[in-house]
Amino acid sequence: MNAVGDFTPSRLRERARRVAAVAARHADAVDRDGRFPREAVEAMKAERLLGAMIPEDLGGEGAGLAAVADTCTVLGQACSASAMVFAMHQIKVSSLVEHGLDSPWHRGALERIAADQLLIASATTEGGIGGNMRNSICAVERTGDRFTLEKQATVISYGDDADGIMVTARANGEAPTTDQVMAVFFKGDYTLERTSTWDTLGMRGTCSNGYVFRGAAPVAQIIPKPFAEIAAQSMLAYAHILWSALWFGIATDAVNRARAFVRAEARKTPQTTPPGALRLAEATATLNSIRSTVLAAMERFEAAKADPDALSSVSFAVDINMVKVETSERILDVIDRCLLVCGILGYKNGTPYSLGRHLRDAHSARLMVSNERILGNTANLLLVQRQDVGLFG
Amino acid sequence: MSADIRTLLASHGGLPVDVATLADDADLYGAGLSSFASVQLMLALEDTFEIEFPDRMLNRRTFASIRSITDAVTELVAEREAAA
Ligand SMILES: Cc1cc2nc3c(=O)[nH]c(=O)nc-3n(C[C@H](O)[C@H](O)[C@H](O)COP(=O)(O)OP(=O)(O)OC[C@H]3O[C@@H](n4cnc5c(N)ncnc54)[C@H](O)[C@@H]3O)c2cc1C
Repeated sequence: MNAVGDFTPSRLRERARRVAAVAARHADAVDRDGRFPREAVEAMKAERLLGAMIPEDLGGEGAGLAAVADTCTVLGQACSASAMVFAMHQIKVSSLVEHGLDSPWHRGALERIAADQLLIASATTEGGIGGNMRNSICAVERTGDRFTLEKQATVISYGDDADGIMVTARANGEAPTTDQVMAVFFKGDYTLERTSTWDTLGMRGTCSNGYVFRGAAPVAQIIPKPFAEIAAQSMLAYAHILWSALWFGIATDAVNRARAFVRAEARKTPQTTPPGALRLAEATATLNSIRSTVLAAMERFEAAKADPDALSSVSFAVDINMVKVETSERILDVIDRCLLVCGILGYKNGTPYSLGRHLRDAHSARLMVSNERILGNTANLLLVQRQDVGLFG
Repeated sequence: MSADIRTLLASHGGLPVDVATLADDADLYGAGLSSFASVQLMLALEDTFEIEFPDRMLNRRTFASIRSITDAVTELVAEREAAA
């Protein structure tokens, strides 16, 4: 037992390492060409990692948040884009596992995902709404027991390579923008018309192009729960924790490169501590506090999970938002210090100490649901939150 | 009290529908109550009824309907009066 319960990372760790080795080999090409990390995703499928969180009776292995977060960290050290694809898929699966087990169609969907190792993408972002995920313009249009949905989906990561997409929309044509549902579509249920191309500073391999999404499916494919509850009770927590875990991975690899640099310097000039060692120590301190933040968030989530009121409470929302904001800010700090350590060899591409990709990838973190937006929402919640008085709450 | 709560909901809830058309147990989130508006409403309730919502009540369920808000406010007003 440790801070996050009977957390046994080793359950997925060996397989995660093998996938990471594949991802690392192709990371520079994926970044340079802005292409889907297909080798790494094929390795995830071969290692059967895409069904890891799915309950055993549905063909998965019932892995918990901690084991999956640990995998995100391992992959994040190898290739940020591969790790992000993995994380986003698991976030989608988590919504089905947490909120779909009472629905026969969604149980069947989980069985398919596990059996065929299907990769699931996400379409929450919408033209005219941006990252304000708890609002939709598009709506589900029902006719009998079927529905259609058209969405200006301005960002769908790996949309072209996914086997299914989960899409948010208003519950019906008359519903207010906040009354949303989430529907699951498998290939064959939808078409994607490309509207923009993902040519970005970093995270280039997520291939998060813009599309017009057009789907048609039986009504049974809509998760029978308001999206508001899915978001508050599990999706935000899974997303912020898994993203943070992989961002921590990116920063960890930067620190490892800086450490390798300092060690090489130390060997060149024995009996002296290389000047970079000080910055390395600073970077390590921040890295450790990022790890603590992520671990504490997991513990907080596990503790709140048993109680829906705790999960939808103001204090939980504040805490889970702050994890994302903190982690996404601080990894930049860490990588930046590592760059000072490695100097030109860190600035150049193609050296063992290169940090350009790390820094560029890390710059996506604050924008991935804008920290400005999250801080704005949190600031509103802080108007009513009462601060705990003790160290242990 | 329910009438006062309805008035505050109308002025602070930012709902796209007329509050008068909502039953006491109608789902306010379904009616369009946003997280931002629920905080504004909470502040207005605290002012009007001279109460403070404790952490345990700061959740989605408390603000799910006019009835659940009324229950919470009734409880907090009773606590305040008992303490006075
Ligand atoms: C690598 C990556 C992968 C992604 N993959 C997906 C995906 O698969 N599916 C998906 O749906 N989305 C995805 N996204 C989109 C992402 O989750 C956000 O929704 C999106 O980045 C927000 O877009 P935006 O910055 O244009 O819009 P906005 O959220 O509108 O923000 C634009 C800017 O406006 C300002 N702003 C807006 N609102 C506020 C506010 N309330 N307070 C203060 N400032 C504000 C901020 O400065 C912000 O940067 C991905 C993003 C990244 C970086």
